[in-house]
Amino acid sequence: MCLATPARVLSVSGQTAVVDYEGVQTTARLETLNEPVVPGDYVLVHAGFAIQRMSPEDGEVTLRLFDELAASVSQTREGDPSDGLAR
Amino acid sequence: MSHPFRLADPRRARQLADAIHLLAPREPVKLVHVCGTHEIAITRHGLRRLLPETVRVLEGPGCPVCVTPAADIETAIRIAERGAVVCSFGDMLRVPGYGRSLDSARAAGCDIRTVLSADEAVQIAKATRREVVFFAVGFETTAPMTAAVALERAPANLSILLAHKQIPPAMAALLDLPGTGIGGFLAPGHVSTIIGAAGYEESMAHRRMPVVIGGFEPLDILYAVALLLRQIRDGRAIIENGYPRAVESAGNPTAQRLLAEVFEPAPAAWRGIGVLPASGVQFLAEFMQLDARRRFDVGELVESPEDHACRCPDVLTARAMPSDCPLFGTRCTPLSPVGPCMVGSEGACSIWFRYEGERAL
Amino acid sequence: MSDRITTLHGAGGEVMDRLLADVVLPRLAGRPSGRIPLSAADDGATLDLPRDGEIVFTTDSHVIKPVFFPGGDIGRLAACGTLNDLAVMGARPLVLSLAAILEEGFAIADLERLLDSFAAVIDSVGVSVACGDTKVMPAGELDGIVLTTSGIGVAQRAVSDAGLRVGDRILVTGTIGDHGMALLAARGEFHLTTALVSDVAAIWPLLAPTLEIAGAVHAMKDPTRGGLAAALNEMARKSRTCIEVREAAIPLRPEVRGLSDLLGISPFDVANEGKAILAIDPAHADAVLRTLRRHPLGAAAAEIGCVTAEYPGRVVLATEVGGRRFLDMPLGDPVPRIC
Repeated sequence: MCLATPARVLSVSGQTAVVDYEGVQTTARLETLNEPVVPGDYVLVHAGFAIQRMSPEDGEVTLRLFDELAASVSQTREGDPSDGLAR
Repeated sequence: MSHPFRLADPRRARQLADAIHLLAPREPVKLVHVCGTHEIAITRHGLRRLLPETVRVLEGPGCPVCVTPAADIETAIRIAERGAVVCSFGDMLRVPGYGRSLDSARAAGCDIRTVLSADEAVQIAKATRREVVFFAVGFETTAPMTAAVALERAPANLSILLAHKQIPPAMAALLDLPGTGIGGFLAPGHVSTIIGAAGYEESMAHRRMPVVIGGFEPLDILYAVALLLRQIRDGRAIIENGYPRAVESAGNPTAQRLLAEVFEPAPAAWRGIGVLPASGVQFLAEFMQLDARRRFDVGELVESPEDHACRCPDVLTARAMPSDCPLFGTRCTPLSPVGPCMVGSEGACSIWFRYEGERAL
Repeated sequence: MSDRITTLHGAGGEVMDRLLADVVLPRLAGRPSGRIPLSAADDGATLDLPRDGEIVFTTDSHVIKPVFFPGGDIGRLAACGTLNDLAVMGARPLVLSLAAILEEGFAIADLERLLDSFAAVIDSVGVSVACGDTKVMPAGELDGIVLTTSGIGVAQRAVSDAGLRVGDRILVTGTIGDHGMALLAARGEFHLTTALVSDVAAIWPLLAPTLEIAGAVHAMKDPTRGGLAAALNEMARKSRTCIEVREAAIPLRPEVRGLSDLLGISPFDVANEGKAILAIDPAHADAVLRTLRRHPLGAAAAEIGCVTAEYPGRVVLATEVGGRRFLDMPLGDPVPRIC
């Protein structure tokens, strides 16, 4: 369920933002958002409403999580039984 | 990679797939997701090809369109036949109720509009004097939008046909059924944006089940599968957040408050499964005037029996793959669907039919 | 003269004659098709056709909403649609017919605009209009306008869409999904704004030089309704071969990806109106690609896959992330989803 796209905020006017996703502009209502947003932020838009603020760096942070998991699992194979579970 | 959240690079996919192979148990394990968008992402990107044979990923009752009872669809059509404009998400259009769909009702002259947002239904209502009904389907991700519309001063000619569902009670119900043999849940990322990791605690308490919240980019899904397999290997059963960029542990309190201000939990009928307690919503007393079922008395409708050769109940409860059904691809295709999993574009059978065809690949 | 179409404009009398004389003929009758051309307004026209080669004949009806859309209009579409059907048969287009069914109340200024677009296309490829027809239907019985164009072209040897051979390379002449996605956005019902425009264009000038590379082109098809997915499936089925394409190699504009994600509709399932798919002998693939890219309409041309014997009649997609699946025929008109 639930197609939602991470779109960049272009402008905010009251409880509505104009957002851009890959060169497509649309509006998103902000009543469902937990915190204020400013142009340059990303918001996750579902069915015309923003449901989560994200920062552009979150993509990089996510990739690091992937890399850490992959590295920790492959290290286990090299004979190290702890695979970073403490993280 | 132009967009910072398009996470599909093949090198990382290979690394995550390698990790999955290392983490996978020797015995077969069944992982269940409950999200049509997960199923579409998994099949569209061909991700099952990257998993070891022992790791099977199935779709449970994750298509809100498929689990919407035929009686609700028939209700929407009867309302449209009384002259109201019925606004629906596109997903719902071709799903048959009592042998007919919103799409066929439109062909017969009813005014059915496709909308991408509850807000569009409000705009349509403002532009006409006719009665306008928003057919509100969807899980916790979508229900807050309906609540927001109910809370603003909606035009007097707008009413809402509520068919929202809640996912955690359905996950719990799945675990309590015999023969599901579920090894872990891949929990839906955008439902989780609203309800948070905390939203699963009540349903999963005492049930000892690994749960990982997953995003929808192909790498997100591989990552979540790897986290699930790691929990299983280590004998743990926790609710783990594999989609932290979009999900906070407490979820989205603003959206939760909207839901609490407008709705209360109610029992709901799931097509192919039956009535599950506290798995739907109904309006609180002060919003009853928005209830389309009250505004248009279309009479009591009972569920019509489904074809009993159809294995949708087993598919929806993750006890069968679509291809296990004798009707799949023969008597039951997206163009002439028999059961609910073939009717919605998000239904497991429909997706399998479109994207994977036979399991040759 | 009224500024809107009335039923009299289709009645065959003086009013219709004036519409033809004032609006239609000045735009379409510039290039005679033969001894008795369109301007003679006879019951038929004569054609001067070449005596060698194969004559190719095709027809297509055009309905579109909105009639004027980003990047074109129904006039341009009606010309390009039929010209491109000829072009992917390997035929140099020679002559078209144009039949219009108009809704009562259609603005004559709009008719003039779209006939101008039609004329601009046929002038650019040097094609004549030999014959035509006009009918008017009462208001409400038709949504604006329907244009039907038939076309005749000539090929040294016509190219079928079934001539694929194992080992052939699959090329597309440019970005995929532009027309279908631009139209979905342009209909306005979803409140999406984008600079994306339709790719509607006549592609004979782009394809003609590839046919001069002897033995290179084994099959061609234009991926219109049903998009890339439908066209590839049809080619695979008819030739009983398997087409394997690489998702990452298929040229997509960012806006098309964006609309695809926002609407939940695959860019491979929606129409293109200025593109072709080519199955090319592997020895000539690079030469054909270079030739295509020299033309402005082919600047984004790409090799997207090859023909194999693995699953005859099926199309396999190697996904960007490293997975693999069948790319199936779309089921019908794509509907946006939110779930």
